[in-house]
Amino acid sequence: MSPLLGEVIPVTSKLGYPLLTFLVFLPAMGAVVAMFVPARRPELTRAVGYVTSVATFGMALFLLTQFDTNPLKPGFQLFEDHSWIGALGVRWTLGVDGISLFMVALSALLFPVALLASANISKPKSFTIWMLLLESAMIGVFLALDAMVFFIFFEFVLVPMYFLIAGWGHDNRRYAAMKFFLFTMAGSAFLFAGILSVAFMRQHSTHVLTFDVRALTDWAAAHIHGGTAKVLFVAFAVGFAVKVPLFPFHTWLPDAHTDAPTAGSVVLAGVMLKIGAYGFLRFAIPFFPQAAVDLAPLLLVLAVVGITYGAIVAAMQPNLKRIIAYSSVAHLGFVVLGVFALTNQGISGGLFTMLSHGLTTGALFLLVGMLYDRRHTYELSEFRGIWKVAPVFGGLFVAATFASIGLPGFSGFVGEFLSLLGAFLTSRWYVVVASTGVILAAVYLLWAVQRAFTGEPDDANRATPDIGAREIVTVLPLLGLSLFLGFYPKPVLDRLQPSVEALIHHVELNSDYKAPTVPPAPVAAPEQGTGK
Amino acid sequence: MSARNLLDLAWVIPALPALGAVVLLLVGKRIGEPKAGWLATALMALSFVASVVAFFALRSLPPDARSNVSQGFTWIQAGTFRVNFRFLVDPLSSTMTLFVTGVGTLIHLYAVGYMHGDERFSRFFAYMNLFAASMLVLVLGSSFLLTFMGWEGVGLCSYLLISFWFERNSAAVAGKKAFITNRVGDFGFMLAMFLIFQKVGTLDYSALGALPKLPQSAVTAIALLLFLGAMGKSAQLPLHIWLPDAMEGPTPVSALIHAATMVTAGVFLLVRAHVFFDLSNHAGTVVAWVGAITALYAATVALAQNDIKRVLAYSTISQLGYMFLAVGVGAYSAAIFHMITHAFFKALLFLGAGSVIHGMHDEQDMRRMGGLRKYMPITAGTFIVGWLAIAGIFPFAGFWSKDEILAKAWVSHSYALWAVGAAGALITAFYMTRQVWLVFYGPERWRDDAGLVQGSGDAHEGDEVNVGGAHGGSAPHESPWTMYLPLVALALLSVAGGFIDLPFTNQKLNVLDRWLELPEPTTVSHFSTGLVLSTVALVLGVVGILVGVAVYRNGLRRDGTDPGVERLGGFAGVLQNAYYLDAGLARFVSGPVTAFARFLSDGVDRAGIDGAVNGIAAGARAGGGTLRRVQTGLVRNYALGIALGTVLLLLYVATRVSF
Repeated sequence: MSPLLGEVIPVTSKLGYPLLTFLVFLPAMGAVVAMFVPARRPELTRAVGYVTSVATFGMALFLLTQFDTNPLKPGFQLFEDHSWIGALGVRWTLGVDGISLFMVALSALLFPVALLASANISKPKSFTIWMLLLESAMIGVFLALDAMVFFIFFEFVLVPMYFLIAGWGHDNRRYAAMKFFLFTMAGSAFLFAGILSVAFMRQHSTHVLTFDVRALTDWAAAHIHGGTAKVLFVAFAVGFAVKVPLFPFHTWLPDAHTDAPTAGSVVLAGVMLKIGAYGFLRFAIPFFPQAAVDLAPLLLVLAVVGITYGAIVAAMQPNLKRIIAYSSVAHLGFVVLGVFALTNQGISGGLFTMLSHGLTTGALFLLVGMLYDRRHTYELSEFRGIWKVAPVFGGLFVAATFASIGLPGFSGFVGEFLSLLGAFLTSRWYVVVASTGVILAAVYLLWAVQRAFTGEPDDANRATPDIGAREIVTVLPLLGLSLFLGFYPKPVLDRLQPSVEALIHHVELNSDYKAPTVPPAPVAAPEQGTGK
Repeated sequence: MSARNLLDLAWVIPALPALGAVVLLLVGKRIGEPKAGWLATALMALSFVASVVAFFALRSLPPDARSNVSQGFTWIQAGTFRVNFRFLVDPLSSTMTLFVTGVGTLIHLYAVGYMHGDERFSRFFAYMNLFAASMLVLVLGSSFLLTFMGWEGVGLCSYLLISFWFERNSAAVAGKKAFITNRVGDFGFMLAMFLIFQKVGTLDYSALGALPKLPQSAVTAIALLLFLGAMGKSAQLPLHIWLPDAMEGPTPVSALIHAATMVTAGVFLLVRAHVFFDLSNHAGTVVAWVGAITALYAATVALAQNDIKRVLAYSTISQLGYMFLAVGVGAYSAAIFHMITHAFFKALLFLGAGSVIHGMHDEQDMRRMGGLRKYMPITAGTFIVGWLAIAGIFPFAGFWSKDEILAKAWVSHSYALWAVGAAGALITAFYMTRQVWLVFYGPERWRDDAGLVQGSGDAHEGDEVNVGGAHGGSAPHESPWTMYLPLVALALLSVAGGFIDLPFTNQKLNVLDRWLELPEPTTVSHFSTGLVLSTVALVLGVVGILVGVAVYRNGLRRDGTDPGVERLGGFAGVLQNAYYLDAGLARFVSGPVTAFARFLSDGVDRAGIDGAVNGIAAGARAGGGTLRRVQTGLVRNYALGIALGTVLLLLYVATRVSF
């Protein structure tokens, strides 16, 4: 068995109940409950939303404690496997490893936050229902180990998101929602073709139809070569590149973000974009290691373009929310750069950036949303001197800005540094260009801060109220966690390591790639510190 | 408690001001003025005490064992990459902590008086404490990455403090400019770390003593990339542009950050990583020349500035150039020596300038000063000490340290570098004399505006002088004790600071050299050579002062023109505008760079990519409209279609089978 998949540990039996299935369906059950709450009782709907999402978060925390950090067990944990649609070989297979663990946790964290941030939203009943359905789909995407189940969740995510944008968005919401929907559907078509091709090719040769990710990985990595592998890799890559989004498939993102409600933006940037990066790590690279190695330069180029181009275009936006939307293009560029570096530090950094970006960009979108609640605009030219009239709000915005810039001490630095460091080992000159991103991030974000927050406030901004208690409760956990992980990323990095190592080993076994090594750290003359 | 146990507690040194920052950020407003200031100052003083304890603990160890890495936790680990959160106390970091906390405490004390009445009083001290904590992490970090963390923290605080009065647009812009310019340097620092990890396998400083054999290209690349980082923080050409604008911050900030501490971080980094410069054949030459040219460049620019703080800002850039000159010729301890003495006399000069500004009711234009020694005797007296120190007059601190740099340049046969440095020293003495005479001597031009031609020659854009400052009524006054006490202390240090490293090796008076134990340029220097060089340096300083006094003995001319600057003719404008480097860069950014960015944003992204996407959508819609006609609703048409499709499919299958 390939090192990537490891030995299946039947933890279900240990726990005695299917924790992951509960995680997937708990929010959906909340949605069902919310359906039966009369629309004239908005506070009850909200309570259902809070209780369900907080309970889901609690369950995700429990999952973190149950996750075995033993570095010798890289495979999937808390595994569940049940027959579902027997005729098509589709099975209800769930499992979690280092790659998906923190995406699940991040989703579970961001949904209660996003719901709390939407306390004053209109039509709370349908809003809560869509949000909870979205949460179920999102968690399902990361836990599904059957390619068909994955794809169903992957597609189903679009539905609630479409209605959230179209129903609660801003001026241009219908255009934005439709564009978002069509763009990702177009990408999904390639992905679907890819999944079917691999499954049918395997069936053709083994006479067994299955969509089990582990079986498909084993077979595809060993049997699909050359041009076929490249074509199929590209099919998967297009599907995921739209989601990430990679240049030049990114233009849906700024529109979707700008017109989405705050909760939509938080979830969209926080977890939804990561499905793309996750897909590369779960499907595209393990299925076609050699093609991934051969085509890595292409993706590295797109990543570097995303980092630099995304930042430059961000700087030119007159709209604060669009700036943050484009900053996501740049940040996800660091993720893809790290992932396709195919080194331990690169992939670890990419995964860490996925988590960190959810926290910092989530916080930024929450804060921008608060600004919109106060001033009913995102246009930078409308803001002036906010820091003076709303000092706590201004301080938090500046803190979130520096978290997003990747200042050491915030989680963003750990992720970006590891991505760049890891990529430097295999792709030096890409990193030289990509590193200009650290300058550009400071340019577009600090420029925006200068225009909106500094200066003497004018009449329109003079009465802007400072941040409220509920609003602080939404932002502080994200910034606090970003700060904590900036100083102590070990709990996350340790849990990523076995899966990252296994993935690299899998690629090495199934391609001509050899991960670079660095010299062993020289030991200084005599050990002097008592510390060691 | 053994010395090593004590040194393991080195984390206390940055933790004290960090604690102050956290407390003041959270509840500073409730603590209020002046208690918030006193809290911050007290924590800095305790940090200084801790640094002193660490110094003596380190000194009690045998010389070859003076290095201690404290315990800590794993910060970042992925694969073989591992960085620990640990603090390194060795002679270099111990020396740095002493002067950072020492000078820092004095500046905190001064700020209690200077910031009196500011509405964000406690916030100011929160930032100051955070700054000090970052700087201490920078110098005490046990690896490049931990130093980088402090390095970025310093950058953050610099941003927050420069734009502290962010209601003023110029302050907000200056803060942003400082951070972004520094990030250009950070780009180099980060690439250097990547390369070090790739070639050495770790970022720990402990590896620097046992480097594997590295190719010359790698060594030189690492050295120059580190230097790029240092150029940003230490304001070397052409990344110096942020420092003069940084004067937008409150004056204690200028003193703390932009004179005594933050700008020395670059020099520290190169000395910490000196082994790469030792190994590289050419990196040192580049560093030395950039330093020398910066020293001369900034000195000439300082000649023509009228803002009291801008003169000092350019003088700081110039003095930092000397430190890099020293690093470049391999005279590392001379660089550190000058860094220390410069911290004393430049902090003194800046705080003195702040006292003048305070006493003159926020006037910063030297053309509206004059004769102030009668009104603020303590400020004047201490400022004069600082002036003599920076001019390199025996036996003030600057004499010894600048002399050592020039001497080291000479004995390593870098005569051209020596000449540039010597020329810079002459100019330094001259422009500082100009400043002293315009501020403290001559006619009292602040009494009436007659002696001033509005904006004459003051063409600098960012130069925000308070035209017609509101000081007609009340006379200048001396500052409160919290402000002049630090001045007196720094003046004493500026007098005596040079004695920590006298060039008398036989008598073992080169205390700092022997303490730091850094490599020296190999050439042996003769005492007689040293004496001649010292005499030449002293003569240059004296000549500069005498010429300065001769030109400025009566202050400005009767018509308000500057007798020195006038003599430069057309070149005066070039100097006043700092050779148009900043303005040229600003034009380049606002012109072609912005145009390019706008092209990417509007042309490529909106019209190009998104236009193509919308075009496809429009095409699909048109195609859909056409295809709609196929749906006629007539069953026989559908049946025909189905039949045709079946035939086609059968044909396809048949051809496949025949293969």
